[in-house]
Amino acid sequence: MADLSVNFAGIRAPNPFWVASGPPSNTAYQTHRAFEAGWGGLIWKTIGTPIVNVSSRYSALDIGGQRMVGFNNIELISDRSPEVNFQEIAEVKKRWPNHAVIASLMCESREQWHEFIRRSEDAGADGIELNYGCPHGMCERGMGSAVGQQPLVAERITGWVMEVAKIPVIVKLTPNITDITAAARAAKRAGANAISLINTINSITNVNLDTFASEPSVRGMSSHGGYCGPAVKPIALNMVQSCAADPEVRMPISGIGGISNWRDAAEFMAFGAGTVQVCTAIMHHGFRIVDDMIEGLNSYLDEKKMCSVDDLCGRAVANVTTWEKLDLNFRQVARVNHDTCIGCNLCYIACEDGAHQCIDLLNPDSLGLDLGPGRVPHKHVPKVREDDCVGCNLCTLVCPVDRCITMVEVPTGKPPMTWVEYQAKVASGEMKPLPPHH
Amino acid sequence: MADIQLPMRQMEARVEANRCLYCFDAPCIHACPTGIDVPAFIRKIAGGNEIGAAKTILEANILGASCARICPTKVLCEGACVLHDRDEKPIEIGRLQRHATDFVNDRGIHVLKPPAKMNGKRVAVVGSGPAGLGCAAELAQLGYQVTIFEKSKLPGGLNTYGIAYYKLKPQLSLNEAELVKDLGVEIRCGVEVGRDISGEELQRDFHAVFLGLGLGDGNRLGIDGENLPECLDALDFIEQIHTDPLHEIPVGHQVVVIGGGNTAIDAATQSVRLGAKQVTMVYRRGESQMSAYPFEFEKAKHDSVHFLFDSMPISVIEVDGHVVGIRLARTRMTADRKLEMIPGSEFTHECDMILKAVGQEKQAEIMRGIFPKIAVGPGGVITRDQMSGATNLPDIFVGGDCANGGREVVNAVGEGKKAAHGIHAFLAGERASLPIQPSRLGVDGSASGCGLHNPIRAHELEAQWEADRSAKNSGAHRG
Repeated sequence: MADLSVNFAGIRAPNPFWVASGPPSNTAYQTHRAFEAGWGGLIWKTIGTPIVNVSSRYSALDIGGQRMVGFNNIELISDRSPEVNFQEIAEVKKRWPNHAVIASLMCESREQWHEFIRRSEDAGADGIELNYGCPHGMCERGMGSAVGQQPLVAERITGWVMEVAKIPVIVKLTPNITDITAAARAAKRAGANAISLINTINSITNVNLDTFASEPSVRGMSSHGGYCGPAVKPIALNMVQSCAADPEVRMPISGIGGISNWRDAAEFMAFGAGTVQVCTAIMHHGFRIVDDMIEGLNSYLDEKKMCSVDDLCGRAVANVTTWEKLDLNFRQVARVNHDTCIGCNLCYIACEDGAHQCIDLLNPDSLGLDLGPGRVPHKHVPKVREDDCVGCNLCTLVCPVDRCITMVEVPTGKPPMTWVEYQAKVASGEMKPLPPHH
Repeated sequence: MADIQLPMRQMEARVEANRCLYCFDAPCIHACPTGIDVPAFIRKIAGGNEIGAAKTILEANILGASCARICPTKVLCEGACVLHDRDEKPIEIGRLQRHATDFVNDRGIHVLKPPAKMNGKRVAVVGSGPAGLGCAAELAQLGYQVTIFEKSKLPGGLNTYGIAYYKLKPQLSLNEAELVKDLGVEIRCGVEVGRDISGEELQRDFHAVFLGLGLGDGNRLGIDGENLPECLDALDFIEQIHTDPLHEIPVGHQVVVIGGGNTAIDAATQSVRLGAKQVTMVYRRGESQMSAYPFEFEKAKHDSVHFLFDSMPISVIEVDGHVVGIRLARTRMTADRKLEMIPGSEFTHECDMILKAVGQEKQAEIMRGIFPKIAVGPGGVITRDQMSGATNLPDIFVGGDCANGGREVVNAVGEGKKAAHGIHAFLAGERASLPIQPSRLGVDGSASGCGLHNPIRAHELEAQWEADRSAKNSGAHRG
């Protein structure tokens, strides 16, 4: 069994699976349930000057009958008083001394930041997370993403925090920004101990075509919300990797965004996340999902002969580079396994209409394939014209059968050549420009 | 009498529709004798466009609502579904089709409109059963003025009178006839061609004639006592269920059904539902030779129907002019594969009702009566071109049971449709292009063709499954 315990920027926890700041981390009651279920840490729902919420707060994107592929909310930070929140943090810490409890804060002035940091520390919080991300409600009052979107402002406020903080400080980044590393660097310059990302993305999930109201609908009106859930994972991974790869950032990262299972979590870790935070998946299925996350990560680490999360952390970061450094002389083609092909022809129509027209539907008799795929005798068979195939992957992506279409490397016999090298060779006359579909 | 198959709830239909892979040039289209663009209509249901789905279905098959209930989907579209080969349940195409067609029926939405312009040509259709309606609907959409002649009081043929009640209510069949009327087709019920109007008159008044007469009366057993009042033709018995109040239909306590086909099964299961205490099916051959579909056979077993295989009727036993039993004998196959009675094997089976389901008469004589020069082939069916329904007489076309000897309703619709295109080719001198199906858009003309042109017959699929099974058992790979 691998050791799942973590020391994240000085915060210790029995495992890297933390409950993200949000509805599931609102109260001591929920926190007890979370820790009983096995979560290693929890970021308290953001504490600040209490707000008032609207009724009707969440909406979701369902795709193909699958619920909550994406999730949207217009709920604000904690509506409970700081007194109650800090008192409950203290209660939780007394009962769970080895679990990480982090106070998420959102304040309006330097004085309030200082006061809330002190009160967090007095309550026994293991760390502080600065909420610079909330894209709705709070930003209109000069907080949340209004801070996170301006690196200089974020840096200044983080500076105020660092003046007094004795416990580790995590800056939570908003993805609603052109270059995430600018925000990460600002946190670094201000002396923060870690970053967490991503917060939610600006969103409107839908329009009701009968009422023309959007959801969540508050008496027929809606507001721009924050988007999260499985659909945002690729966006989050991109930003986490960008921060992890940036030499000017180099600080612990807590990964957030669409994590629903151990595999998602492991991917964030491979891109440099030391811990991961989960909210939407808990809102969907409850705290119990952590059981599988712990088991799954453990099995994976054992299988890969890794002893701890540290062994996994960052393993994939260097395998993402800029496009211009990719090898133009690498070539792969698609190959259809006719024994497992079920004859749906999705590869054919995708290639024909959506890509590069290099799959033919051929009579199975002409290919010596007996009856052909599927259950209608002698129905036509998709076959890739490998000379024309550009190796784009589309057919493998649409194929509904596992490993039926595989991409096979075709040795070109040529040494690797990047775009930069190619440009230089063409400029010097060493080679002619490559034809399309080379 | 409750539906044997329940309609889908909205959410259930959405979820099921979303399971569909939306195959391109899908096998289910090939397997449908009317070539319904199945993936296209299912995708429309998935997106909440039930009206569009119904339009896709009804444009291809005017009897889409009844076929959704009575098609042997397990050996047609659903049997061809690619999900079988992913070891998954096939898409419930029949129930989704019912969902879409019910949606427009329940709301009285008309999805098909008559063409804006008529071409001035008139076609007579004889018989308003599935073949006749299929032909008339297609012709009407091509701009022809169509008149259907129906000898019965009500239109719809077998669908109105001859399908088990728990599968298809007659009202639905009548609604489908209304759909055809909505396309501008005139249906003249109670007019028998050959009696009320002659073949010559049809040829004189119309540019072409389609014959879709179906099959005739049930075959006789040719045994003593067959004419007793409790010895009925199974189709007449089923017709009663459609036309009379259920509580007034006489049914025996102990019913014997003679025959091994799908109609025999319908008669048996209907008897059980009408309160028969014991229903016994008597078939002269073995279980594997039954022409009923395996899933129909299962249905009968589920209804506690008893089976006497390898047995044949000898005579009906009567007391005071009523049936009290039937004399049966065991049968066996001779060396030259002929069926013979085993001497001395006779036995008596008590019963108070006998339903005969041993096939229907061919209509060859009637058709020869209408058109004396029409060519009749072996087996008493009209000789015709498979693709166009053309007969030896240039202006006479044929399709459905009277041409194929008796197959599924959906085959009859498909043949009616093919004949409509045959008629169009004959009268307009051109081959009408069939409506383009989005799921096949761009398929090379030389590809294997849609269901309409190249219908997969149930037995072909079944044969392939057998081959698959034996290949799997021997560990060999397909393909």
